[in-house]
Amino acid sequence: MPTEVLMPALSPTMEKGNLAKWLKKEGDQVRSGDVIAEIETDKATMEVEAIDEGTLGKILVPEGTQDVTVNTPIAVILAEGEDASAVSAPSPQAAESAPPVAAAPLEPSPVAASAPATPAVVNSAVAAPPQPETVPEPDVPEGTEFVSQTMREALRDAMAEEMRRDGDVFVMGEEVAEYQGAYKITQGLLQEFGARRVIDTPITEHGFAGVGVGAAMAGLKPIVEFMTFNFAMQAIDQIINSAAKTLYMSGGQITCSIVFRGPNGAAARVAAQHSQDYTSWYSHIPGLKVVAPYTAADAKGLLKSAIRDPNPIIFLENEILYGHSSPVPKLDDFTVPIGKAKIARPGKDVTLVAWSIGMNYALKAAEELSKLGIEAEVIDLRTIRPMDVETIVASVKKTGRCVTVEEGWHQSGVGSEIVAQLMEKAFDYLDAPVLRVTGKDVPMPYAANLEKLALPSVQDVIDAARAVTYR
Amino acid sequence: MVAAANKSAVGRAPTAKAPARAAAKSPARRSDKMAAVPEFTKAEELEAYRRMLEIRRFEEKAGQLYGMGLIGGFCHLYIGQEAVVVGMQAALKQGDQVITGYRDHGHMLACGMDPKGVMAELTGRRGGYSKGKGGSMHMFSTEKGFFGGHGIVGAQVSLGTGLAFANHYRDNGSVTLAYFGDGAANQGQVYESFNMAELWKLPVVYIIENNKYAMGTAVNRASAQTDFSKRGSSFNIPGEQVDGMDVRAVKAAGERAVEFARSGKGPYILEMLTYRYRGHSMSDPAKYRSKEEVQKMRTEHDPIEQVRNRLLEKKWATEEELKAIDAELRDQMNAAADFASADPEPDPSELYTDILR
Repeated sequence: MPTEVLMPALSPTMEKGNLAKWLKKEGDQVRSGDVIAEIETDKATMEVEAIDEGTLGKILVPEGTQDVTVNTPIAVILAEGEDASAVSAPSPQAAESAPPVAAAPLEPSPVAASAPATPAVVNSAVAAPPQPETVPEPDVPEGTEFVSQTMREALRDAMAEEMRRDGDVFVMGEEVAEYQGAYKITQGLLQEFGARRVIDTPITEHGFAGVGVGAAMAGLKPIVEFMTFNFAMQAIDQIINSAAKTLYMSGGQITCSIVFRGPNGAAARVAAQHSQDYTSWYSHIPGLKVVAPYTAADAKGLLKSAIRDPNPIIFLENEILYGHSSPVPKLDDFTVPIGKAKIARPGKDVTLVAWSIGMNYALKAAEELSKLGIEAEVIDLRTIRPMDVETIVASVKKTGRCVTVEEGWHQSGVGSEIVAQLMEKAFDYLDAPVLRVTGKDVPMPYAANLEKLALPSVQDVIDAARAVTYR
Repeated sequence: MVAAANKSAVGRAPTAKAPARAAAKSPARRSDKMAAVPEFTKAEELEAYRRMLEIRRFEEKAGQLYGMGLIGGFCHLYIGQEAVVVGMQAALKQGDQVITGYRDHGHMLACGMDPKGVMAELTGRRGGYSKGKGGSMHMFSTEKGFFGGHGIVGAQVSLGTGLAFANHYRDNGSVTLAYFGDGAANQGQVYESFNMAELWKLPVVYIIENNKYAMGTAVNRASAQTDFSKRGSSFNIPGEQVDGMDVRAVKAAGERAVEFARSGKGPYILEMLTYRYRGHSMSDPAKYRSKEEVQKMRTEHDPIEQVRNRLLEKKWATEEELKAIDAELRDQMNAAADFASADPEPDPSELYTDILR
């Protein structure tokens, strides 16, 4: 039986990659461990090793192919006596735009990992997002050209543009310079701006957060990257006690213009200590602004606004969204105001409020609900603090019903705050209790099935929306 | 003591683990490696006398106001340690910065901040440096290069390293003094900051004010290495112990350290061997040390008395002249206290200002 070599994943969240180069050709003898090809994503490059001994019988995906879906067979290795002609070439999956089957755990039943061959099937926690809405950005002039960018590229461009604009802006964090960013968000910045402004720090979150805050108190504008916000718990004293409170405690004398950014919340299969959503933690604190974008355009426009803002900003990204592409306006200086929510999908029957990756669930649910005759209005909150309560209340006055969606836990979650705001400001307009769809009240488990159960699902959102609309 | 016993049990020589009272018997602990103390000129002695006495009279007045209920919350007095900030300030230039922890009144006065504004902040009035919203531990003056006033033990070390980072980034030739105590010296972020400061050669002088007690815990009960000048050794940061009760020794060491940092060689550590006469805060009766220990320090090592005695011995000043300086300072502190008592509280609208810029 010929052995299939599958397109490997560089990370649990990778869905596609490019086949950069074949290092062996058809007919070559290979042994287990031989490097046979190189694959790359926008994040990294990796060598593919032969997994068995034999002859490289057939190359199924030629070098230079872009967007090869993870787990696609890329070659076959033949044992002695086997024939390449026995191998039927699979239908090419390269450059497909549909989300890979292996990465669709939002469906009610788990997708079994059927391929026995190595590498292991990767179940991404969340599928590729629905096509971004075409509702134009209110801040974008009509007729503006849009280019498709990943959130990763959009974030990098935002930093680069602001660093070109203002010499006081610099970026510091673990692996941001020579390594080009642990998640490649700072790719190319060292080359353009040099080591003075793109600074690799030791692995000392508490210390370098404090150094960043001190530099901001002296008038610089640091962008402090946390490899993930899980590690920022080491630094939370400096973020809250020093960055957020000093303007007040100094009677307005000491400003702290600083951006703390990095991926927040669950990625995929990294268990409890690496999968926590801190949105509600930071949103509790006066003196901070908390931003959590969903689209690439918002990521770019909001990060540029955050860097210019004279206050400390918590900029919560999401690892799973980094590789997702959406249209970004091609403007010299595109910014999105902090504190403004956006109607991502208009509707009349129920309001869904989400942000960051929660939008994935909300938009998919809205599509399904539409088939049931329920038109959901989806609000992308974008900024969690200060919260655009006005936009939520205006929508709920129209729909009379509301469901909040977040991956964080329910107790004292952001959804709880939205519920309270609606009780105070829209009680007379509500036709049903407001429901919260949240992560389950457990530490994040590692096992794939349990992890999926711990996260909210599209079905959860649909169920909640049907419950509040009594349909 | 358990740790010490264990160490003895495995045959290691017990390090200085004597009980607290015995350890503090020779408080200035002048060691052989301390540099010789250079003499001050008459003008320097008079200036040091005035600056140190200003702090002492301020703190005494603050203690009084606290007792009268005009100052609330925490209030940590600096009495006994005056030579440290006055000597160090004499080593600074315009543009240099100072940052410290919660025992900060002396640092602010040394930086040239107005006693009225500091006292009014202690009483929580609108004329205080933070408009009454910060209190004793949280005051700032960017004009005077004073960056707080921080209530979280050790936080100012990372923040001060960040101020030095900004100087380095701007290549402006300025140096940051980051003060902290023997208690803060055991915080993890201090060493994270040491590492980055040396790695990036930041212009910062770390001043460890070793007053022998972290709140009520004697240094030998909390610190495995009680020679704090060595605390930077694993990062290759040079350090020295300084007689922090002798303003001349402090100034000389300060000049060496500041010059080192300013010339681009990176951070420097000064351990100031000093002593606070009062408790940790106003509510601390300081039962963890003997009256005799405190009295011995006051009579044999008082930083102000030392200067006073030299001025009189050298006939650089008469008793009357020194009394006149004292009277002037007492008047000034009375005026500060009057201001701080009469100044109105912040307008209620201030509740919602200065949260975001």
